[in-house]
Amino acid sequence: MLKGHQSWVFRSKPVIVSSATVVGPFEGRGPLANDYDIVHDDSFVGQDSWEKAEKTYLEEAAAIAIERSRLTKEQVHFYVGGDLLNQITSTSYAARTLTIPYLGVFGACSTSMESLSLAAYLVNSGGAKHVLAATCSHNSSAEKQFRYPTEYGSQKPPYAQYTVTGAGAALVSEQGTGPVVTSATIGRVVDMGIKDPFNMGAAMAPAAVDTITAHFRDLNVGPDHYDMIVTGDLARVGHEIATDLFEKHNIPIHKTRFRDCGMMIYDYETQMVEAGGSGCACSAVVTYGHLMKKLRGGELRRILVVATGALMSPISLQQGESIPGIAHAVAIEAPDAVGTKE
Amino acid sequence: MANQKKKKLTPTQQEYQELALRRQPARPMAMNCLRAYVIGGLICVFGEVVQQAFVHWAGMTEKEAGSPTVALLILLSVFLTAIGVYDKLGQWAGAGSAVPVTGFANSMASAAIEHRSEGLVLGSGTNMFKLAGSVIVFGTVAAFLISLIHLIFEYGG
Repeated sequence: MLKGHQSWVFRSKPVIVSSATVVGPFEGRGPLANDYDIVHDDSFVGQDSWEKAEKTYLEEAAAIAIERSRLTKEQVHFYVGGDLLNQITSTSYAARTLTIPYLGVFGACSTSMESLSLAAYLVNSGGAKHVLAATCSHNSSAEKQFRYPTEYGSQKPPYAQYTVTGAGAALVSEQGTGPVVTSATIGRVVDMGIKDPFNMGAAMAPAAVDTITAHFRDLNVGPDHYDMIVTGDLARVGHEIATDLFEKHNIPIHKTRFRDCGMMIYDYETQMVEAGGSGCACSAVVTYGHLMKKLRGGELRRILVVATGALMSPISLQQGESIPGIAHAVAIEAPDAVGTKE
Repeated sequence: MANQKKKKLTPTQQEYQELALRRQPARPMAMNCLRAYVIGGLICVFGEVVQQAFVHWAGMTEKEAGSPTVALLILLSVFLTAIGVYDKLGQWAGAGSAVPVTGFANSMASAAIEHRSEGLVLGSGTNMFKLAGSVIVFGTVAAFLISLIHLIFEYGG
């Protein structure tokens, strides 16, 4: 259980028995299009508002994940999730539909791994047999809440990021077949005084480095313990900064494949996304879609997913506050990899 | 100003911000200026053409043609906002499409569309001036101050 200062080691090896991803049309034009379960060609998905659309994405992802696990929603003990909107309404309204006992969490874009680590904790501690972890974001609802109206003609700087439209869900069970969650590190809030809301990568990179460093320290492992360490949505700018920081602190991050979901999800050549993707769904759909496939297929055996979040609100920024960053790390292993690479 | 801001930061934060700044791609200032000049200019040229058309074919004076010209530009801007083109133009043209009257119309139309889902009155009605409101407030304040200056100098001189 508790290992070191801020990490959990899951001895019972909770299993991700199923996962599901649903994305919007823009994500469907990205390089990972084949890894998603549903690619919608309408970002409204037949709803009359962005917020309702976001909720619908989440409901669909949750439904597919449950169906795929061959469980009924009555058998799922808890649902842990959150999103970016005020009062995490997308998640709460989806929980209304699901009628599964619900724990709403907020970690901005780190919610994907925050909810997965809590789900694994619940299962590992015997608090539940089956727990659903799911999160979502929508480009237009995020723009509306955090920036300007979607149709407003403002110019974004080259380090801005594009919020992913979609939802990802994972069902964590006591037993079953699939990748297992072996450990998690809960991050602390790190604020380096960045105030530019377009510069999220720079605001979150120190938190990612802090959590990854804490994970190595707590578990007494190095970067080479993992085939891949993937951050949530640092995008190009944040990723470069994080690499610099690792170098500065003499952590040999080059010994593993250090990647970022925000850089994997879109095609920089053909899609106007500036620095890359962001949003709760960014790490969720890349992890639960693309990376799960690779773990199940044996291409990846042991990964550390570090979802990063920026915990500000438009009001806090207007009042002159800086952007606090956070990151939560979850180690996921292919079923046969457990205990082989000690 | 920048130094004063930095003083509040801890040494670690300052060091980090210097490191982060090196990785932050600069806004392409020269290119943005050029694009703003071209698009802003083109919008104004278009406005001029419309105005001259009103003068030549509708028998208006230059002054009379002003209002219908602005109205037409606003209508066009609202149309382009509604079909989802103006925001893409804005990303490319920057200030070029934001500064002319079309930009003002875009800020109102986009807010009205965005908040339509919360109702016609409390949604669109309330939020329509979300972005444009400050322009009107400070425009009015500036006009008041200028008229005050004008008044003083008129009586003084």
